[in-house]
Amino acid sequence: MIEFEEVSYGYSRGGALLSDVSLKLAPGSFHFLTGPSGAGKTTLIKLCYGALVPTQGRAELFGTDVRHMTRDDVAETRRRIGVVHQDVQFLDHMTVVENVALPLMVSGRTTEMQDLSDLMSWVGLTGQMEALPPELSGGERQRAALARAVIMSPEVILADEPTGNVDWEMSIRLLTLLIELNRMGKTVMIATHDMNLIRQAKAQVQARVLRISNHRVQLAGADL
Amino acid sequence: MIGRVQSLLTLMTGDAQADRVVPPTGFTARLTVFASGAMAFLAVFALALSLATGRLAEQWGDALAQSSTIRVSAPEGQVDQQVIAVLDVLTTTPGVADARVLSDEEQRALLEPWFGPDLPLDTLPVPRLIEVIEEGDGYDAEGLRQRLAGEAPGAVLDDHARWREPLVRAANRLRGLGAISIALIAATTAAIITLAANAALAANAQVIHVLRLVGARDSYIAGAFVRRFTLRAMVGATAGMVIGVLAILLLPSADIGGQFLTGLGFRGWHWALPFAIPILAAAVAFAATRQAANSTLRELT
Repeated sequence: MIEFEEVSYGYSRGGALLSDVSLKLAPGSFHFLTGPSGAGKTTLIKLCYGALVPTQGRAELFGTDVRHMTRDDVAETRRRIGVVHQDVQFLDHMTVVENVALPLMVSGRTTEMQDLSDLMSWVGLTGQMEALPPELSGGERQRAALARAVIMSPEVILADEPTGNVDWEMSIRLLTLLIELNRMGKTVMIATHDMNLIRQAKAQVQARVLRISNHRVQLAGADL
Repeated sequence: MIGRVQSLLTLMTGDAQADRVVPPTGFTARLTVFASGAMAFLAVFALALSLATGRLAEQWGDALAQSSTIRVSAPEGQVDQQVIAVLDVLTTTPGVADARVLSDEEQRALLEPWFGPDLPLDTLPVPRLIEVIEEGDGYDAEGLRQRLAGEAPGAVLDDHARWREPLVRAANRLRGLGAISIALIAATTAAIITLAANAALAANAQVIHVLRLVGARDSYIAGAFVRRFTLRAMVGATAGMVIGVLAILLLPSADIGGQFLTGLGFRGWHWALPFAIPILAAAVAFAATRQAANSTLRELT
């Protein structure tokens, strides 16, 4: 599904941020990606959905090497990968429900209003459907982003510090939603530095923990 | 060309819902509408000028080409005799439809701008003028000159060629300048719309980022911007064209403004040409915005 083989990435100034990263996100798996601030978690997430191209190594998304992908291929791939960022962005001139339905709109698909209402109800935003994004709280924005990320029923959900701006109760609520998605067969990877969140999840789901340390990704677990 | 027209039609009838992903941008919207309107207004006048000078060139060419003048200067007592000889020669010259001697009143009217209204024509050695009207392809000017030299030595043929050619050349150059003006107007419109589109794209970098994140293709994103700018340019150009045509209609009549001003309007099917200006403006905006959008999207990661 998503497979990296000795992938390295470095920005134009400075050395490599990630070196020789090899990993495989199998269908239905659940991963945490952890590491200190600035370790390269967001960069790895971006490599996972084709926003960045490795400077070395081979990254395959759904069997295609990202180096050989056209821009249209990348767009098509992103319809199969739902992404939630910490600093989630919306189109502020459109309502929350329109933002959630945006992936459908750009891919020329439609959905029943009832299905949309069910999705908004699942993330607990029924009352905010017609609100504008700037009117939402941090937790509501994250849940709206999650709804937008899953509306195309993607095979993979990537969440980059989804609980960074919300309180513990909301963090647990978001984690529960992500675990529910994993139980539906979705592959989930959450980048977080919140060890409590990881411990909370480990009690409910079989998750692998990947730690970025010294530019490399290691499989962690014993320390949790 | 057909592909471009099809793209334009697809654009006009395309996904109106997609337009909503681009937030309304007041400044670039107003700039595009105003620039297109102003340029269309100017284009109407450039078009009118170009067409009018074209007509003028044809009129001058036709009028002067179909007539010529024979000037008879001879010692007193021989003038009438030579005039009769000239008329006889003209009667038997192929290509001459008619010939007549200008009356004293007509000659006085011709000289009045230079010598005033009380010119004593009888006391001045003014040559007699004979107007020659041609038919078909006209006469053989060189042959006629030789015959006149034999029959009426005081007669000089002026076939207007030395007047006609510079006038027609000047009119044709004016027509060319009109065409260049229209091309410059189109290029300026493209430049302004490109600047406005670039400003809109830069201001909406976040929108582009979000759209890409949710799987929008570049063609979808570019289409939303292109459609908006094309429609704005078309609306502005239509307004400018209508105002320009009204201004042409309100030009003074011949009695007040003179012949050239009256000729500046459109005639016959030429009235349909201004209606092509909004379509041209839309095509220019389409090409300019698409180029700007594709270029910006290539640069944005």
